[in-house]
Amino acid sequence: METVLKKVSHEIKDYKSDQYVRWCPGCGDHAVLSCLHKAMVALQLEPHQVAVISGIGCSSRLPYYMNTYGFHTIHGRGAAVATGVKVAKPELSVWLATGDGDSLAIGGNHFIHAVRRNVDINILLLNNKIYGLTKGQYSPTCDRGFVSKSSPYGTVEDPFRPIELALGARGTFFARCIDVDIKNTSVIFADAEKHKGTSVVEILQNCVIFNDDIHKEIVDKAYRDDRTILLKQGEKMVFGTNMDKGIVRDGFSLKMVTIGQDGYTLEDVLVHDATTVDNTLHLKLGLMDPKDGFPLAIGVIRNVDSLCYDQEVEQQIEDVQSKTPIRSLNDLLMQGEIWEVK
Amino acid sequence: MSDQVQIKDVQDIVIRFSGDSGDGMQLSGTLFSSLSAILGNQIATFPDFPAEIRAPQGTLSGVSGYQMQVGKSVYNSGGKSDVLIAMNPAALKVNAKHLKPNSVIIIDTDSFAKRDLEKADFKTEAPFVELSLTTQQIVAVPISTLTKESLSDFDLDMKSKIRCKNMFALGLVCWLFNRPIDVVNEMLSNKFSKKPILAQANLTVLANGYNYGQNRDMTVTSYRIESLNMEKGFYMDVNGNTATAYGLIAAAEKSGLQLFLGSYPITPATDILHELVKRKDLGVKVIQAEDEIAGVCTAIGASFAGDLAVTTTSGPGLALKGEAIGLAVMAELPLVVVDVQRGGPSTGLPTKTEQTDLRQALYGRNGESPIVVIAASSPTNCFDSAYWASKLALEHITPVILLTDSYIANGASAWKIPNLKNYPQIIPHTIDQYSGSDWNVATRDESTFARYWAAAGTEGYTHRIGGLERDYKTGAISTDPDNHQKMVDTRKEKIARIANFIPEQTVLGEESADTLIIGWGGTYGHLREAVELMNRGSKKVAFTHFTFISPLPKNTGDILRKYKKIIVAEQNNGQFAGYLSEQFSNLPIVKYNVVNGQPFTVSELTDFFTKEIEG
Repeated sequence: METVLKKVSHEIKDYKSDQYVRWCPGCGDHAVLSCLHKAMVALQLEPHQVAVISGIGCSSRLPYYMNTYGFHTIHGRGAAVATGVKVAKPELSVWLATGDGDSLAIGGNHFIHAVRRNVDINILLLNNKIYGLTKGQYSPTCDRGFVSKSSPYGTVEDPFRPIELALGARGTFFARCIDVDIKNTSVIFADAEKHKGTSVVEILQNCVIFNDDIHKEIVDKAYRDDRTILLKQGEKMVFGTNMDKGIVRDGFSLKMVTIGQDGYTLEDVLVHDATTVDNTLHLKLGLMDPKDGFPLAIGVIRNVDSLCYDQEVEQQIEDVQSKTPIRSLNDLLMQGEIWEVK
Repeated sequence: MSDQVQIKDVQDIVIRFSGDSGDGMQLSGTLFSSLSAILGNQIATFPDFPAEIRAPQGTLSGVSGYQMQVGKSVYNSGGKSDVLIAMNPAALKVNAKHLKPNSVIIIDTDSFAKRDLEKADFKTEAPFVELSLTTQQIVAVPISTLTKESLSDFDLDMKSKIRCKNMFALGLVCWLFNRPIDVVNEMLSNKFSKKPILAQANLTVLANGYNYGQNRDMTVTSYRIESLNMEKGFYMDVNGNTATAYGLIAAAEKSGLQLFLGSYPITPATDILHELVKRKDLGVKVIQAEDEIAGVCTAIGASFAGDLAVTTTSGPGLALKGEAIGLAVMAELPLVVVDVQRGGPSTGLPTKTEQTDLRQALYGRNGESPIVVIAASSPTNCFDSAYWASKLALEHITPVILLTDSYIANGASAWKIPNLKNYPQIIPHTIDQYSGSDWNVATRDESTFARYWAAAGTEGYTHRIGGLERDYKTGAISTDPDNHQKMVDTRKEKIARIANFIPEQTVLGEESADTLIIGWGGTYGHLREAVELMNRGSKKVAFTHFTFISPLPKNTGDILRKYKKIIVAEQNNGQFAGYLSEQFSNLPIVKYNVVNGQPFTVSELTDFFTKEIEG
């Protein structure tokens, strides 16, 4: 269903609630909230046509700060509640604010099934690789060996990589962004809303108290340009301070090259296409890791049109109703196996 | 008809079809009960099937039964059988204990060979002697052989032919009860309308079964069951699960809301999902969720968006939904949770019946979390109870748990198709009911404490809710101690005041007796019959049966205080008795508790009541 646009233009303040924002000073959540406000202005969504749902955790406080409909639910179940809202009222723009613990640990099942069904909701997955609200336990996105209050000797388990889960669940939209990168992040949020189906946006978010600088090696302005690549639809995959580095195909793998070196030219550099149904390349791009010398992919990695669950539910009802004269319970019962006592 | 045949006029009769779970006993049973209902009998049925879909053939664990009581004043599916159809030795053995003296047993002699007897753990080749069935009248018929012979001209494989043997058995039963088979013919033709050859085969076998009985001059009691004058109108057979689904649809229609179901398959509740998912014609939206928790959570989301939202489950599923139901209590959203109780704990006895989830329904959440609890009393009462559950949820903006049980969910009765005009209105307590101009998420009716519900998407009413405690006045998050106390009290009082909106409790039986029998939920039929039997004798009893459990009807205390002795009969270890004792001090309560996965039997009840009155 088309997002409802109204002629009266909305400003940031129209999306802000009157509640005092209680996140820690310096928390990445502030920036995410700001990006969401900006995206809504760009989309000119009617505040009453927006529902922001959340589970439990620091990021899940976000609905309280939106002047829209908001529902702060229970741990891990936000995706299921959001699914219910969207199926009941497909005309609403439905967002889920969630974290790595909320969606990938306790709510993992709801997360993958929402993605599999392709319900038209936008999942903002704030990944700070820590449990903040319970004060510093490791999360399912922490690297092996991560030391935390609940892993004093380091974890002995490997993390989930959100794109693998999302694409493994047949995700049709996956994007990644950085909390403090307001300009790109707000555009990516708007892209997520425009996509019909479940949009998963992984946000590298900093927890200033319990896991400060966890993404620093990637997002610090000093080297962000060299360690990230902003993927843009239809554009060459080039990056770097001097925009002289590129991603090329190397057999079944990817390779990072410097344009003009080793015989590589701009011609060899891949062009990003988020819309291919085959997700092989999207997964490869999404799994590029600076530890292996690759830049981390930022931007909309995958964006494919497919049937949306909420629309299909409505369509099926319309189809059945167009072929039946039954309009009420009485109609239904009277056409069944009945007998009359006279 | 031969003069050897003795025709017995009876008020009520109990019949049990029993065989392997693949023998088609459920179909024979259903057809016979529908036929009886059409002929003006009251019916109550009880399918009793194994948890396994196809247990090993011929073994005791694979026996599937369909019991019914047919007659003039039928409140339940009956105790011991007057007639047993046993398609194999295992079926005979499993049901031997539940036979009346002089009852009739129809067996298929083709499946009583030595090997068949061994499979059912018989030690000898004389099964009737071994089971001490000495007074019973045995009708031994080579049903399988006769079925095959009936179909010798049919172009069907042997397996399909053999499968028709349940119709031969049904034909025999129709003869035994002097039932015209043309009505069954019509039902069969409808059932197999897409496979005319199967319809024809079934009809042929049915007729041959009937004629076999007619022509064999068997010395056996044949029955004529009294019928009663039913109220004029259109009728259908309905089981409790289907009636529950219809009640929810009726409530959606009456309230003008979209019906939404979020559910995960679980025995014995799944048939509600099956029915509602078919009802796209009536615009019902259904999500088969990824788990029980998602079932209730999608429903809570739909409620936030303004639907009549429902989730259906059984005991283990209710346990999983506990936290989310607490969210609906805290956020104050309307929600209907249907729990079709089964044997527990844990996986327990998935296909058997119990009333052991009462305390889970009342208290199975963290925090002080009061909720409305209703319990349906019979298959047809599931309709009214589901309607009431929806009405109270929508008018008081609260979650409601509707308890039914495996017995009434699968049991069927004839049901007069209701006229919804005669049902009370349902006016959802939405912002449309609010006349003030200063609405916020916490605004409530100060007499009922029901919050004014604003569906997501409504212009001018954007708001945030959640599971955190909130301020009584503003609805903003609050950890203030006095406010929390006030909110706890408000939530409690909101549920308590619903007592002003439900029917008063009534007393049946001999109201002036010294002893009051109390039941609740699906045991109504057995208790009612037991009470009527008692009152025909010298030991009189009064009887009151609860449908509204939380809150209790206003006059409950007045009723309880009138009696010298109160017997609370329930299929658990005293959950309702304990609940009553908690609300009213020093009640002279005696408990009757059976937790064996089976419905009560009337004779056990009357024995206990008699002993208690004498004692």
